[in-house]
Amino acid sequence: MRQLMVALAAILWSLTARAELPTHAFTLDNGLKVLIREDHRAPVVTVMVWFKAGSIDEAPYETGLAHVLEHMMFKGTERLGPGDFSKLVARYGGSDNAFTSYDYTAYFQQYEASRLPLALELEAERLGNLKIDDDEFYRELQVVLEERRTRTDDNPNALAWEKFQAVARPGTGYAHPIIGWRSLLAQLQPEQARSWYDRFYVPGNATLVVAGDVTRDQVEPLVRRFFSDLPAGTTPPRPIQTVNPAAGERRLDLAMAVQVPALYMLYNVPSLVTAEQKQDFYALTMLAGVLDGGMSARIETDLVRGEKLVAGAGAGYSGIQRGDGTFTLTATPNPGVTLEQVEQALREQIKTLQTTLPSEDEMARVRAGVLASQVFEKDSVMGQAMELGMLSTLGLDIDLAKQFEEQLGKVTAEDVQRVARQWLIPERLAVAHVVPAQEEEQ
Amino acid sequence: MMRLPAIMGAAVAVLMLSACASFPTTEKQVAASEPQAPQLDIQSWQTDQGAKVMFVQSDALPMLDIRLVMAAGSSQDDGLPGVASLTSALIGQGAEALSVDDIARGFEDRGASFSSSSYRDMGITSLRTLSAAEYRQPVVALFNQVIGSPSFPEEALDRLRTRAMQGLRMEQQVPGPQVSKAFMSTVFADHPYGQPSEGTMESLPKIQRQQLVDFYNTYYAAGNTVIAMVGDLSRSEAEEIAAQISAALPAGPAAPELPRAEALSERKREHINFPSAQTHILLGNQATWRGNPDHVALHVGNQILGGGGFASILTDEVRQKRGYVYGIGSGFSAMAAGGPFQVQFKTANENADEALTLTLDLIDTFVEDGPSQAQLEQARANILGSFALSTADNSDIIGQLGAIGFYDLPLDYLQWFNRQVRQVTVEDIRDAFRRTLDVDDLAIVSIGPEAPQVLEDQDNENGGEKDADSGE
Repeated sequence: MRQLMVALAAILWSLTARAELPTHAFTLDNGLKVLIREDHRAPVVTVMVWFKAGSIDEAPYETGLAHVLEHMMFKGTERLGPGDFSKLVARYGGSDNAFTSYDYTAYFQQYEASRLPLALELEAERLGNLKIDDDEFYRELQVVLEERRTRTDDNPNALAWEKFQAVARPGTGYAHPIIGWRSLLAQLQPEQARSWYDRFYVPGNATLVVAGDVTRDQVEPLVRRFFSDLPAGTTPPRPIQTVNPAAGERRLDLAMAVQVPALYMLYNVPSLVTAEQKQDFYALTMLAGVLDGGMSARIETDLVRGEKLVAGAGAGYSGIQRGDGTFTLTATPNPGVTLEQVEQALREQIKTLQTTLPSEDEMARVRAGVLASQVFEKDSVMGQAMELGMLSTLGLDIDLAKQFEEQLGKVTAEDVQRVARQWLIPERLAVAHVVPAQEEEQ
Repeated sequence: MMRLPAIMGAAVAVLMLSACASFPTTEKQVAASEPQAPQLDIQSWQTDQGAKVMFVQSDALPMLDIRLVMAAGSSQDDGLPGVASLTSALIGQGAEALSVDDIARGFEDRGASFSSSSYRDMGITSLRTLSAAEYRQPVVALFNQVIGSPSFPEEALDRLRTRAMQGLRMEQQVPGPQVSKAFMSTVFADHPYGQPSEGTMESLPKIQRQQLVDFYNTYYAAGNTVIAMVGDLSRSEAEEIAAQISAALPAGPAAPELPRAEALSERKREHINFPSAQTHILLGNQATWRGNPDHVALHVGNQILGGGGFASILTDEVRQKRGYVYGIGSGFSAMAAGGPFQVQFKTANENADEALTLTLDLIDTFVEDGPSQAQLEQARANILGSFALSTADNSDIIGQLGAIGFYDLPLDYLQWFNRQVRQVTVEDIRDAFRRTLDVDDLAIVSIGPEAPQVLEDQDNENGGEKDADSGE
């Protein structure tokens, strides 16, 4: 088995090398970073702009502001009326949207490739000339409040998760919901949105990504034409937010309008950005794969199929973050099984990782899964633009995928055991039990 | 073919009036370039056992997608909802001498991913693997065992039934899934499309192993299967794989066609009381089916009414101008024996009456008056311009192949569709909508603390002044 795996790994290496595509990077004088990925399989192009501005940058009294500003980016500029942006995109066969995360805010347009000049001109316009009208702001705030009702207020699991995050990542900007606490969201003012835009939406705080059926010779002159004249502005400071020293074990009991209980566990662990030993990031990635890298991993094999304790469960390591990472376990018990039993079983799984080395077969399987998925991910132009934009925005090497192969290959079973012992400890753990509230009335 | 640039020129002129005349400076250049519409080179043949094969060769990436599409969806449940869904879920849980652990490791040791899912018309089984022979051959051999000789272990049936029932309980915690199911059962009543695909708390406990075995033997038959493949394979390799898959499946014919669903001929209202902050409202009726001659006119018209995101009438009026909703959309979902027209939105409870009344009015106006020429040009440009995006990657292509194969569409269907889009007129769209929809017959299905009311509107009572709300 071992030999076969080694032979297969060599083939896999050549396959991922074959899937590599040309990437170009340059920076304008005003600080705008530009990344180009050439992928000529189909005549399409994705244009994204990423800003180093997200929920972690919000003060405690203005939660939800980064996301509201994202909405306002579609509501008009000096030369575009409200809604004109998306109408132009649709008119030329494109689709556009945006998303706000803890670490960044990103905007995208996808088109047939000949629409590239329009996409770039539109992005430059709202980066340089956004106009936030008071009436439009208050109307859009109503839309965002509807969004919050849909996503969170009418979903007891989402409400529980929001409360859990508040205790799981204390003292950081990751402790409040991206969409904002309801009461604060409702109090936001247009002036706050304007000052957010002025502070963060400057070329030096942004990365422009163009991916698809394009060449550098096509893209660069257009980028210079539309973006070079934008004033540089000042890039705002962004402290790195960690949960250090360890916050201590935290427990939360939540009675919610659920019919099925749920268990959440979260360990505060290093991310690739915050880790002193970068190898910890790769070892935690392997550890997560051993626990939950697929149908053959331990959670499915032992807890879902073996002991039949849970209807569903998952473990995941979010290690690509600006602040500390998280190692999360979630579970939905089967009828008749208590949350205490499930928590105990998951803690046993962690303990096993701390005391017994994972097998070489398991390690090889995780590597095969991660590396094959790197080939599969190349199928999506949008996915490639996402990867480049995120890595650049977090200050990481945009060629991280290449290092992944080498670094994952170096992780030993002992490394996995070591990070389990070092990081998956009670002082770094938050646990929530979500149980059905007493029935008030039928 | 020469009509297009002229049409696009006209649309640009319309748009320039609404925005500033000099911005965007690139618009002229972009408008002048006709968007590329790459042609998929689909190869198709039948296997000896009667499976239809759809193949697109793509050697850009060293990977292969295989998708089996069978007429094995919940519309074949035959009165016991959940049989199709559980049959699909048990594929991969055991085969001949292989345990579920063997199967999971067999795929994942080689980085392959296997999945199965089931819908109203279709049961779908998918495999994605690296295409190098050292990976592909053992993975495809395992796939053939898994789909060709599933063992349906009792243990797996119990476990997945329990999981499905936990899933149904969790659906009761949130409004969306409840109102969607109520919509389908209200519109389709006793037609198989009205039954919930994932089963019910009553039906799931009744399902026996033998029913899954029988369902599999009937509906997973080669003659009832489309084998779609995209990836780095030669034609002869593709033929060999298709022959193996087809031989592994049970022998048998295509499933008989279902009776066509009938539209409601009067308004039905259904409301579920639920303590949510928003009221969810679905409006619609049985409206179309695969092969409907009005398909293109309805599709283009829907793009204008509510299928085109921010560019559509419903989003513009209900979200942009009034802030009632985060999202609102409309769509026709054509299936083999029917397909609903559906408008859906959710809004703060205190806005529910106004939002419902406005939306009904917007639909009514659109059905009666049809789109303007400018709206049609916008939608036409959007659809033709976005074509390249719909076949850009292997995931897109395998989806197109599955649908074209399953619904017996011609191999040049996508090109045919584009030609129809170029030719459709405002009259075609208005007539098709009038033939298809009557706003007074739309079901109104809702969930929230209180049933929303349609407000009496002076203008509507008098008729004739509906244009006040018709937008552009």
